[in-house]
Amino acid sequence: MSVLTTNYLTPTGREEAWRFTPLKRLRGLHDGTAVIGDRNSLNSQGHLPAGVSFSRETLAPLAPSDDIIIDRIRGAESAVAHLSIANNAEVAEPIFLGRGVGALDSAEFSRVRISLGTHAVATVVIENTGDTVLAEDLEISLAPGASLKFITLQEFDSAAVYTARHHAVVDKDATFKSITVTVGGDVVRILPTVEFIAPGGSVELLGVYFATTGQFFEHRMHVDHAVPNAKSRVNFKGALAGKDAHTVWIGDVLIRAVAEGTDTYELNRNLLLSDGARADSVPNLEIETGEIVGAGHASTTGRFDDEQLFYLMSRGITLENARRLVVRGFFSEIVNEIGVESIQERLMNRIDAELERAGA
Amino acid sequence: MSTLEIRNLQVSVNTDAGAVEILKGVDLTINSGETHAIMGPNGSGKSTLAYSIAGHPKYAIVGGTVTLDGADVLEMTVDERAKAGLFLAMQYPVEVPGVSVSNFLRTAATALRGEAPKLRTWVAEVKEAMEALNMDPAFATRNVNEGFSGGEKKRHEIMQLELLRPKIAILDETDSGLDVDALRIVSEGVNRAKESNNLGVLLITHYTRILQYIKPDFVHVFANGRIVEEGGPDLADKLETSGYADYVSK
Repeated sequence: MSVLTTNYLTPTGREEAWRFTPLKRLRGLHDGTAVIGDRNSLNSQGHLPAGVSFSRETLAPLAPSDDIIIDRIRGAESAVAHLSIANNAEVAEPIFLGRGVGALDSAEFSRVRISLGTHAVATVVIENTGDTVLAEDLEISLAPGASLKFITLQEFDSAAVYTARHHAVVDKDATFKSITVTVGGDVVRILPTVEFIAPGGSVELLGVYFATTGQFFEHRMHVDHAVPNAKSRVNFKGALAGKDAHTVWIGDVLIRAVAEGTDTYELNRNLLLSDGARADSVPNLEIETGEIVGAGHASTTGRFDDEQLFYLMSRGITLENARRLVVRGFFSEIVNEIGVESIQERLMNRIDAELERAGA
Repeated sequence: MSTLEIRNLQVSVNTDAGAVEILKGVDLTINSGETHAIMGPNGSGKSTLAYSIAGHPKYAIVGGTVTLDGADVLEMTVDERAKAGLFLAMQYPVEVPGVSVSNFLRTAATALRGEAPKLRTWVAEVKEAMEALNMDPAFATRNVNEGFSGGEKKRHEIMQLELLRPKIAILDETDSGLDVDALRIVSEGVNRAKESNNLGVLLITHYTRILQYIKPDFVHVFANGRIVEEGGPDLADKLETSGYADYVSK
């Protein structure tokens, strides 16, 4: 595989999109110095149900991107790992995709496509684990009336670097619900982006993240209401504990002049569990028409509520357990939306472990 | 037989204008099986007394002692006080988002009993406690105090009182905001706890109404950060007719 390093822009850190990201820790993903390994690590876990196929194909990108790393991935990789769900297929059980062994001394450029045919219904889970350097261009195509629940789990080990764009193209009356979970890695930068191409679509972008000592997790949404009568909801909750834990949440929602009847709300809540951690939270709502159903945003960053801890402790619960209950409770609103018991339990245990590790 | 002994308790709270003294030397002894009503006007420091005994971090102990069967309560963390046998039914119970009532109760019971209650008997125990307080079974799946009505919050407090079986309970204006039916149901819960566990009760209230349901052995009038008069149940009757005016002006 050849890597083209000419003609690509390299971010300097002064660009709006890169101003928070620690470029030096990206292991060369952004400036072309990364050595590209030939890993193709994404594979399907277990048997694929009827109406579902998974194969490597040559596919042109679904939508353009202005992300520099996505440009590099597309320049280097023509093959796409393609999960396809046929028209009218209603897949009851979640479809699991996972990644094989990674490496830190080389990077993987990965292109992924998830496409649902008309009125197809599915739940797809992608589990990212281990220590790896991974740049991912993931595109989701929802045909009219399709419905996808997309669960993306970043349960990396402590040295992993992961940058990704998860771009959903939502056709008429399609429903897209994503739950993005980031609890592991050294640097994780995900761009969950949505583009409505016909009216009637409905999107929910949910997420949780928990950064501890030294970890950098960035989630940068972009929801483009370019058609009338679409609905979007964004709700991300994050916790931070330990020195130099840093999270960034950017919620860009654009309601174009033609997008009458838009209904959108975005929310980000952060829980700072110790000193020395930093949560950046920037909601951005750009409205070009007044003919909408609703548009709003909220962002809060707070610490442990002493009254909650007092209440729990007054019932004999230790401070440590009271904190654990409060943090679990904080995340449960979103984690419970996953709907897969084994994943929910695993994440809650991971959250307990992160809390303990950070000594918060 | 347990004894909660409060001696010359002085408590201040930090405000923007500096420390403000609220309790100015409180003396009170509560034994198992006794019910003490503390009555007084708003702002007299009744709730401060309750929260100070429970160990709320907002209040600074300036002087005096609180002991439970000789053990120094003021040296204990908040959870240790509960483990020692103290319980505070709060006037304004706190919402804990995302934590279900059933999870909360089981975690608390596990902490206080030293081991997780056996699941089958525990479920029956909770069900019985909820039925006794006229609570919908769906209540157990709701988040702690989140979206509860005033009456639901108070029932939830008394349900905990019955399930957690403390030695001494402080009820901070448990009657406030309750209609007559709810007041009767909640009071019956307190009386059950008294009977089954020989519970000692410190009942803080502004009004005499609840004393028709929970009979006090002693009545203490609280004003300006201290107890200003003490007597038997008849003192409550006197307050009912004459109010607190005499004490506030003292």
